[in-house]
Amino acid sequence: MAAKSIISRPVYGTLSPQPGKHHLFIADAEGALAIAEMAGRAPPGFFGDAEIVFIPGPHGKHTAALEALKSAQLHQAPSFASLLPRLRQTLANAHMGLRLYLAGTEGLIGQAMQVALEAGIDHTSIQTEHRGSLARRMQCVHCKGITENVTTQPATCAHCGLLLLVRDHYSRRIAAFQGVCINAEDRSEIPPMEEIFR
Amino acid sequence: MSTGTTKLDVVVSDVVPVNDLVTRFHFRRRDGELLPTFSGGAHVVVEMREGERTRLNPYSLMGSPLDTREYTISVRRDDVGRGGSLFMHRSVKTGMEMVVSYPVNLFSLDLRAKKHLMLAGGIGITPFMAQTAQLAAEGGNFELHYTCRTASLGTYADVLRERYDRRVRLYHDDLDERIELDRLLSTQPLGTHLYVCGPAGMINWVRDRAASLGWPAETVHFEHFAAPQPGLPFDVTLAVSGKTIRVDEQQSLLEAIEAAGVDPPYLCRGGVCGQCETNVISCDGKFIHNDHWLSEEEHRSGKKIMPCVSRFEGRSLVLER
Repeated sequence: MAAKSIISRPVYGTLSPQPGKHHLFIADAEGALAIAEMAGRAPPGFFGDAEIVFIPGPHGKHTAALEALKSAQLHQAPSFASLLPRLRQTLANAHMGLRLYLAGTEGLIGQAMQVALEAGIDHTSIQTEHRGSLARRMQCVHCKGITENVTTQPATCAHCGLLLLVRDHYSRRIAAFQGVCINAEDRSEIPPMEEIFR
Repeated sequence: MSTGTTKLDVVVSDVVPVNDLVTRFHFRRRDGELLPTFSGGAHVVVEMREGERTRLNPYSLMGSPLDTREYTISVRRDDVGRGGSLFMHRSVKTGMEMVVSYPVNLFSLDLRAKKHLMLAGGIGITPFMAQTAQLAAEGGNFELHYTCRTASLGTYADVLRERYDRRVRLYHDDLDERIELDRLLSTQPLGTHLYVCGPAGMINWVRDRAASLGWPAETVHFEHFAAPQPGLPFDVTLAVSGKTIRVDEQQSLLEAIEAAGVDPPYLCRGGVCGQCETNVISCDGKFIHNDHWLSEEEHRSGKKIMPCVSRFEGRSLVLER
């Protein structure tokens, strides 16, 4: 569970079935379990109007839990990048009454929400549940490069090589936490690097 | 005391009868300067001074937000109300000096929307006059569905059709034309926001269907100024200022509090904005809640009242004022 800090740091809830005509779920890895648990609280027939898009991740588990829900559609993708065109297409053709549910890692929730915002969905109307890794997508505020799966504090920018303090300051627009140079005054000062975003 | 709003000294620059029930009033600044800018959906509170009595009623600005040389409002005559609209219709003439509040917007467009779907009922058309003008100037995507009793009472229906053609759809009660609401709400593109202004029954119906059909609350905007209803006179003790006052039949509780020299904050005076929310210290009797601000739970609790539109019947009422 993500800890609460400054107001910009996203907080996640527990998926709950919403009134609506179509239900779009996007999940990765253990996010599948959040959907399966929500199914126990959903009215009968709920998944008949549901589409699930699932990224199983490196361990390839939990697909069976989703298959058991008998949703109208279940689509698997190897990565977020690979499902992006399909997601954009779905949202571009969708009508009001579509409800969005995001479950899994912070990176997945943030990137899917970014696409949803572009499609005109208000972030407060999206159901989210965090499961699995707390690894962060980080934007270097200096070179603007995005580094995926950051687990350490501080972290090295994969683009410009600066040593960055990973802040809780989050941008929904670019779906990333902000990384700020931790030793700008004296580059020879290297604080110890700890693995804290597991 | 109106929260954060200063007053504007204006002169009535034109009075235009629109149909049997509705008259339009134009205001300009007495000093000839431009009026403050506003956005579509904003209202002003008009001060109506009649002898000893001052009424303060909110009216939506219906002119284009691009033109701040004048403010225009349209007032529907209500023959059984407390007299504000009758005063406007009978006593307000071109050249008369009046005072209006700065504009306040409690019904603004969400400009992140991909499309704006507007539903108007009767005189609820007025905020949409300003909103459509604002959107049309920006090339915004909107669609207006307007229900009126008869064609002759379809205030500004002709103007809107001429300006926006097929983006405006009219429904006449006397011809039994009805909005196919479920179909309309189910066929809107993702990212649409819904705006509804009209009678309370219409607003409740639209909000209820939108919620059932999966429209998130953030995408549903509504405005309904409840006019303060007349009722039985009642006595109130104002605990903070140590006064006991009587609220007359034709007076609102807020007006009675103000008449006693106590100035609670207010903005809309129509049960919408929440500024005048007042704590109840004790009571013996029943509340007649008419606002759209407090939750049903708060209404039942008997601990809060909106003095701009709500009343009380019973033996005693003590307010934290």
